[in-house]
Amino acid sequence: MKKLFSSSVGQKLIMSLSGLFLITFILVHLLLNLLLLVGPEAYNKAVHFMATNPLMHLMEPVLAAGFIFHIIYATILTLQNQKARPEAYAVVDQSESSSWASRNMYVLGGLVFIFIALHLVNFFFKMKFGVGGDLPKVVYEGIKMDDAYPLVSGLFKVWWYAVIYVIGAVLLALHLRHSLWSALQTLGMNNSNLRPILENISILYAVIIGLGFSIIPIYFLIS
Amino acid sequence: MNLTLKIWRQENEKAQGKFVTYEVKDISPDSSFLEMLDILNEQLVNKIQLPIAFDHDCREGICGMCSLYINGRAHGPDEGITTCQLHMRKFSDGDIITIEPWRSRGFPIIKDLMVNRDAFDNIMQSGGYISVNTGGIPDANSIPISKENSDLSMDAAACIGCGACVATCKNSSAMLFVSAKVSQFALLPQGRTEAKIISNIARMNREFLCANFS
Repeated sequence: MKKLFSSSVGQKLIMSLSGLFLITFILVHLLLNLLLLVGPEAYNKAVHFMATNPLMHLMEPVLAAGFIFHIIYATILTLQNQKARPEAYAVVDQSESSSWASRNMYVLGGLVFIFIALHLVNFFFKMKFGVGGDLPKVVYEGIKMDDAYPLVSGLFKVWWYAVIYVIGAVLLALHLRHSLWSALQTLGMNNSNLRPILENISILYAVIIGLGFSIIPIYFLIS
Repeated sequence: MNLTLKIWRQENEKAQGKFVTYEVKDISPDSSFLEMLDILNEQLVNKIQLPIAFDHDCREGICGMCSLYINGRAHGPDEGITTCQLHMRKFSDGDIITIEPWRSRGFPIIKDLMVNRDAFDNIMQSGGYISVNTGGIPDANSIPISKENSDLSMDAAACIGCGACVATCKNSSAMLFVSAKVSQFALLPQGRTEAKIISNIARMNREFLCANFS
């Protein structure tokens, strides 16, 4: 077990497994958010379901741990990687051997992290802990619940917030473009037949997530 | 062809290196990249200057000895070849060509463009295994190996250990080399196979500090 956390292969495995977990989470997150486009009732009910479901309570610390492991090991590995080439090349042309995103995963991850921090302040802390005052209440079918819809729709009517969220979605998409297939490769899923398929699935997944999260602020901005 | 070459010169491992610019004239587009460097070295020797040290051996594209990071790419702009198989027709008259050694913690510079690739031998020695019989020729059937395994092992052995994977990887990882050698060895009788793979990887971590990541 000690070797798992210290060996290069073990550290890659931690990046891969925590990454795959976060990749799954982001899809669930997007599906829930897309209910914003359906209307206040659908969205509020979904938020209420998430807030009251015991499984979600159980998963919350697991999700936080997933983020923490992913970030800590990314930092450890990036520092190691920098030490592995003490003198940099004067001229580097890796355009044909790797994608731009793959070479800048730590930078992209860092930018996504800044976005997540803003995102937590904007929504999560307000919805979860009532920071900045309790949310208004609404009653559907006799069940009283938080009305989270105006919080989201209100924020995205501010044009520069909408722009920041679209930029966040694009950064996330670039990060994901390299993530899925690379994480699966670490688990051994790589051969000449599989690689192009997985890479295309990765790109498709990144586009779905990027577009999906972009549509929401744009919708509220123009509606 | 007339070319401007920016070549990394470094006295030894500890010395501070720097780029030195050279002009070469009337180079045939049909000459190989290493022949072009030979011509430059002849000019330098004629001027009583130290020739540029660079690795080469078979010049047939099979030994893995030649290296060189040319204009930002290991083995230069052509696809799937070693530097000795790179020809000057891949460049244009008047080009500026930057030539650097492999750069990795695991490949210390010996002189100029030559690097020490002992790390690869150390990795193979830590995990690989061969019988050295000092007597007569061993019986061909004493250790049977299936045709399939032998073919797959030979496929993996196509890695000639040139170091381009380390030179190219942004993390200077030896993962491609190690995986090729692990496949090559693991398919043949090695005794404690798993133990050998782990020792390969442990050695790689020591030599190169990192695995392929991101």
